Amino acid sequence: MIPSRFGEYGGRYVPETLVPALDHLTSAFERLWSDQEFRDELDKLLKTYVGRPTPLFRARRFGELAGGATIFLKREDLAHTGSHKLNNALAQALLAKTLGAKRLIAETGAGQHGVATATAAALLGLPCQVYMGCIDMERQRLNVIRMELLGTEVIPVDSGSQTLKDATSQAIRDWMGSYRDTHYVIGSCVGPHPYPAMVRTFQSVIGREARQQILEELGRLPDGLVACVGGGSNAIGLFHPFIDDEVPMVGVEAAGEGLGTGRHSASLGGGTPGVLHGSLSFVLQDDDGQVAPTHSIAAGLDYPGVGPEHAWLQETGRARYVSVTDEEATAAYSAFSKSEGIIPALESSHALAYAMRWGQELGSGSVLLVNLSGRGDKDVVRDDAD
Amino acid sequence: MIATIQAAFQRARSENRAALIAYLAAGDPDLATTVALVRAAAEGGADIIELGIPFSDPLADGPIIQAAYTRALANSITTRRIIEVLPELAKDPGLPIVLMTALNPVLAYGAEIFCKDASAAGAAGLLVPDLLPEDSESLWSRAHAAGIDTICLSAPDTSERRLAAAAAASTGFLYLISRRGVTGPSGGVGETLEAEVARARAVCELPIAVGFGVTTADDARRVARVADGVIVGSAFVDLAANSAPDAAVGAVRAKTEELMNGIRMVGSRTENA
Repeated sequence: MIPSRFGEYGGRYVPETLVPALDHLTSAFERLWSDQEFRDELDKLLKTYVGRPTPLFRARRFGELAGGATIFLKREDLAHTGSHKLNNALAQALLAKTLGAKRLIAETGAGQHGVATATAAALLGLPCQVYMGCIDMERQRLNVIRMELLGTEVIPVDSGSQTLKDATSQAIRDWMGSYRDTHYVIGSCVGPHPYPAMVRTFQSVIGREARQQILEELGRLPDGLVACVGGGSNAIGLFHPFIDDEVPMVGVEAAGEGLGTGRHSASLGGGTPGVLHGSLSFVLQDDDGQVAPTHSIAAGLDYPGVGPEHAWLQETGRARYVSVTDEEATAAYSAFSKSEGIIPALESSHALAYAMRWGQELGSGSVLLVNLSGRGDKDVVRDDAD
Repeated sequence: MIATIQAAFQRARSENRAALIAYLAAGDPDLATTVALVRAAAEGGADIIELGIPFSDPLADGPIIQAAYTRALANSITTRRIIEVLPELAKDPGLPIVLMTALNPVLAYGAEIFCKDASAAGAAGLLVPDLLPEDSESLWSRAHAAGIDTICLSAPDTSERRLAAAAAASTGFLYLISRRGVTGPSGGVGETLEAEVARARAVCELPIAVGFGVTTADDARRVARVADGVIVGSAFVDLAANSAPDAAVGAVRAKTEELMNGIRMVGSRTENA
């Protein structure tokens, strides 16, 4: 049985219409996850199609910028489609296909999850529609083109803030009417039960591999884990296999123009408990409970909610959550590109920026493991005017 | 002193017809308009008013109600201001008012104080579409303590067990969602309406009201033939939004009369007693 709540967080706060679909999905997931044939099929695709295991790479020159700390990168940027998103999208798509779904829908912010879902849909021969905010379509145009090339229809969302939040709402509304033949591929560890625990399960391949790889490399566990957090799927995927170890874990949220400016996306750092998109977690909202507009230079972090398990990890103190501004993330993006020959996604650059700060505090001799959740090609041409 | 949901259904039953529940988005585009439209719906014959508290991210609502919420929020509508206008509506027209809200604005307000304030202002019922029966105890107990009736929902694929739980957690009426999908005219009333109502009757002693996709007098007549209540939302909201400012009140009154005609055309409902 997968958990429906993490402490008080999580749960199901959805219209009754969706409950039968969520019940069906929960039992199907639990059944297939313990089905050897399904697992073998997924593992084979992860190996031969996604390119897993992704390497663990020691970033020597970047380590010098991080106080001489030893920095290991989990290279999710090398996974097919350029981010960790395909781990989850492919697993959900395979699950959906096994269950007989005739169509996939998804939401996307930066477009990485949309591309991953479009890719899985093409591979498995399922029609796919992806909801994307009009503003995100502008600032991540390359990914719109990729999705369309992959045979997916991108549906513009012009309601609300026209970003990931509204794309998610619109995808849920689609599913309200379509769940009998359509699977909704949620892209992060958010949403109603079973999504947060199911997405965590699919993304935990990151942490399982990384834990084994660093033990082989060093013979010991790292002194800290670092991952960026929007909804938080790459972070929970890295963290979860280390949860019973005494390894400090830090999630890095987007401070945008600064937590004091109100122009940020740090739900754990600046939000309060609330219900958004079907679960109870931390939400950026006004005093009246209306969801607040958010900002981040990284479209994939530009979201007013966060996975409920992260709210729980923060509350219990098992993980710590910090934030990094647009300016710091951009500086890390630039510095990292030059020091390692790897252009990181702006989302992942938030984790890198904090790794620099943390490494300087811990000094040489310390070992940090950073999830390089995606590649930055999509961010090379961008409109900073947002 | 507060008009009750029970009395409204009782009155409709005594007239041998189903009750009309008219939904309006509070504060669209401002509260003065809402007050005028509620009175227009009452003049047209509505029995119960359902007042939607705007939310930035409603999951069950189609484009018409979403747009209404966006207009209201752009005009700085708040839960507090909506509650403040309720005493005026309790005086005139004096119909029972059911507040419909997403859970988050209630949590932000504070569940206990929300129920107390809403009750003191004259609210008769509370309906929270994203709060499922299994999680409703905490809020519902506060609502009941404040004298507010609670309303849970059932949908076409809801299991028998959940349907019974929804009925058990409700005190006002049971809200039957007529079809899959979000609110609005698209798709009309669900094909399985009659069977759904019969299924609900088997486990629910409360009045059963049907919403989602009920737009025309014909829709209202079909629902009224089997259910105790006919819930119409998007059709009113759409009319209010797309009429000239002076014409909205008349349009809502006329729409209510049209729906009531549909309901009254059913005639004897004894076959469903």
